[in-house]
Amino acid sequence: MAITLKINGKSASVDAAPGTPLLWVLRDHLGMTGTKFGCGVAQCGACTVHVDGAPTRSCVTPHDSLEGAEITTIEGVAGAAADAIRQVWVANDVPQCGYCQSGQIMAATALLRDNPAPDDAAIDEAMSGNLCRCATYMSIRRAIKEAAALG
Amino acid sequence: MLMRDLGIIPAPKADGTGDGPSPFVNLSRRAFVGGAGLFVLGVTLAGCSSYVEPVIDADAFKLPDPGASPLTGVKGGDATPSLWIAIDKDGAVKITCHRSEMGQQTWTAMAQIVADELEADWDKVAIVQAEGHERYGDQNTDGSRSVRFNFHRLRVAGAAMRHMLVAAAALYWKLPRDQCSAKGGLVSNTKNDETLSYGNLAELAGRLAIPAEADIRLKTPKEWRYIREEIPSLTVPRIVKGDSTFGIDVKRPGMVYAVVARPPQLFGRVGSVDDAKALAVPGVLSTMRLPDAKPPALFQPLGGVAVVARDTWAAIEGRRELEIAWQDGPNAGYDSEAYAKQLQATAKRSGKVRRSRGDVSAALASASKRVTAEYYAPHLNQSPMEPPSATAEWDGDRLECWACVQDPQNTRDTLAEALGIPKENIKVTPTWLGGAFGRKSKPDFVIEAALIAREVGKPVKVTWTREDDIRHGFYHSVSAQYCEAGLDADGTCTAWLHRTVFPPISSTFDNTVAEPSDGEMSMGATDVPFAAPNLRVESGDAKGHMRIGWLRSVANIYHAFAVQSFAAELAHAAGRDQKDYLLELIGPPRTIDPEAEGATYGNYGAELSEYPIDTGRLRNVVEKAAAMAEWGRKLPAGRGLGIAVHRSFLTYIATVIEVAVGKDGTLRIPGVWLAVDAGTVINPRHVRAQMEGGTIYGLSNALYGAITAKDGAVVQDNFPSWRLMRMGEAPRDFKVEIIASDAPPGGVGEPATPPAAPALANAIFAATGHRLRTLPLIGAEGDTLKLPATKTV
Repeated sequence: MAITLKINGKSASVDAAPGTPLLWVLRDHLGMTGTKFGCGVAQCGACTVHVDGAPTRSCVTPHDSLEGAEITTIEGVAGAAADAIRQVWVANDVPQCGYCQSGQIMAATALLRDNPAPDDAAIDEAMSGNLCRCATYMSIRRAIKEAAALG
Repeated sequence: MLMRDLGIIPAPKADGTGDGPSPFVNLSRRAFVGGAGLFVLGVTLAGCSSYVEPVIDADAFKLPDPGASPLTGVKGGDATPSLWIAIDKDGAVKITCHRSEMGQQTWTAMAQIVADELEADWDKVAIVQAEGHERYGDQNTDGSRSVRFNFHRLRVAGAAMRHMLVAAAALYWKLPRDQCSAKGGLVSNTKNDETLSYGNLAELAGRLAIPAEADIRLKTPKEWRYIREEIPSLTVPRIVKGDSTFGIDVKRPGMVYAVVARPPQLFGRVGSVDDAKALAVPGVLSTMRLPDAKPPALFQPLGGVAVVARDTWAAIEGRRELEIAWQDGPNAGYDSEAYAKQLQATAKRSGKVRRSRGDVSAALASASKRVTAEYYAPHLNQSPMEPPSATAEWDGDRLECWACVQDPQNTRDTLAEALGIPKENIKVTPTWLGGAFGRKSKPDFVIEAALIAREVGKPVKVTWTREDDIRHGFYHSVSAQYCEAGLDADGTCTAWLHRTVFPPISSTFDNTVAEPSDGEMSMGATDVPFAAPNLRVESGDAKGHMRIGWLRSVANIYHAFAVQSFAAELAHAAGRDQKDYLLELIGPPRTIDPEAEGATYGNYGAELSEYPIDTGRLRNVVEKAAAMAEWGRKLPAGRGLGIAVHRSFLTYIATVIEVAVGKDGTLRIPGVWLAVDAGTVINPRHVRAQMEGGTIYGLSNALYGAITAKDGAVVQDNFPSWRLMRMGEAPRDFKVEIIASDAPPGGVGEPATPPAAPALANAIFAATGHRLRTLPLIGAEGDTLKLPATKTV
């Protein structure tokens, strides 16, 4: 049975099996492949989206639990914090392969939105759920501080 | 007729499935005007604001047949400009990258090299990813050699095209060529203020003869404008928008999704399968038995049962409902714990001598002090964040695949063999790779997609879950090593014995092979750069029971761990400073030829004359890294500095690590200082990124990584049990210094990994007095080092 989800401000009708995680609805049903699959068990953060603004692991979030929620993905995340994060990510070439970076950017954007001047401990807390095998951790840390300094 | 038969191939689409790369390869080599774009009049302002660039009509020139390309056989391969470069009439410069982009920024590096010699305007440069085809020469993106293999020929290709553009302008202006010159996408002349743009000149230039290499003037390093510069990545602006196409992101019309249940053991088989419950899962379309794998492993799929569904989740759910009775195979009894004891026992016995100088036995017998140590490092998994994924589509007897592969040519060859069709009927285009680290040089997952797509008659995307990636990999080899040294009364090392035992990668290709290969021995064992007058390197055999494969820096990882840990152990035994003693072990600046001492030495496929083992460069990075870390400074209790140096992939790296170890064994890494001499460097910012990434890859594995097996099956399954370093555990500070060098380029993607583990272990020893010789140092669970009850004597 089709349900309607609100994704990046637009309504999308989805007809997936009950319980199908949002990740696979985004990727396979809606063709929105910016949100990545990394582990399927909420351990790596590659699938991070915002649900009503909160960083959420889409790989373990049933899509049919999200009717009426505001879902934001990497393709649609906007605002001052997202702009600042994207700007410093590009200026510093933060990503290497880039695969985990949708999730990193979603996590970093939420962090900066809620805490305009995060210290190391706050960065560790917000970002330690996002794995990066290329190990861009130092770059991410530097970039978040730079984004914070942009005001 | 296919568009490609007309030589008009559209650029890749945003979903990565465009008809592919290199729009010009089916055209005559003369025509490097790409695409079928509208003719746009180039207008430039060149000093004189009233100047309007005339449109060149190439047909107005009667030109002789330009003949064959004289550049098909330059050093590195074919440098024919049309193979690598197309210039659209609007001035867009499309550069073909035949290597796979996996975060090492090879797109950007290749473009920098070509665009520099071409004198292109960087803002007009775009990359076209090449399909797998022998016309490009080697495309196997491993071994840290994309730049090394292609630096010269891509410079030649760019410069040849620049020459032709200048020649075309000279022809148009009826001026001698030496009065015309190119810069930033324009040709100007010394007679007037007119300029001609590359887009306008391209068609005429493409009809001219390609100059011979002897007639091409390459720029001098002083003239470089992109090479050595911190040019921003060509991929990152797309990544931050989520507009990136990895293997797992490919979409095809009518595509269905598959996952595969594979036998838990290598060469295990499906006994029987009941798929009734799986087929009842909503969205599941069908199941399919895959052929059983038979030894040797090669790159073939592992067999098992595929579940095909309308989305990936339904396929995963369907797989959960499969009832499969697995049959044991020849590796059913494999137990990594028992196997470790075998390796360790082998390491204590005399092995096969792989390099020898002097008389180690006699020198050990007469030594004032003998030091021994045993090291152990477990299997590892590459675990790129994007697990293996491939999409296959059949059109009659023709197959097209899009996948995150490091080597599209071996993928194509392997597909041809597995499917029994000629490779001319197969097209493989690499997508971006969401990390690879050696895993994606093995195309087993692409074969799976092709087999399933042939069965279901629709495009199929196969996705490996993380459990699949961890349990069915090509693993970094497990190793046991024994080191023994003799010191004289002054503590000087007079004898060096290193014995290494590990199942070789060749066992994946011939399951009877148990002897470490010369290539693996060349990675940190037979090329040991120490000056001890008596030196012997030995190997011991070990039979493989899992698929053994390449992982970022390969055998260098365990060899550097043993050699550089043991170097610090000898310093301790001699009562000397680690760094000073390391320099003494290395000895004076000189070049080393392991073959003069009986080794069969690979040198990463390069000649020692071009890429010598230069202990002067090795010493230099040691001194540099030590200075960066302020080696010798006073540290509070529980802190320590460790150093290690290693040459791999023709690049020299020394790493200093500072650790802070709590009384309870908790570990922090306040700082890392790394000095790298990689010869000529294309892009310093991306080299720094690889130094950070390669180091943390090594630290993560050394601290947490272990793949173990019971009853032939891998025990770990996902990130809780296979652990990677996280943000909070990463070093706080990381400084990289790149040694300025005009030497030919060395590798960059891998060589930072080997020195990481020994530098860490040496730092922990300095901080705690505990010498840790068994990896991993922490493991998948817990946050404390496995420190023994008593300190190392």
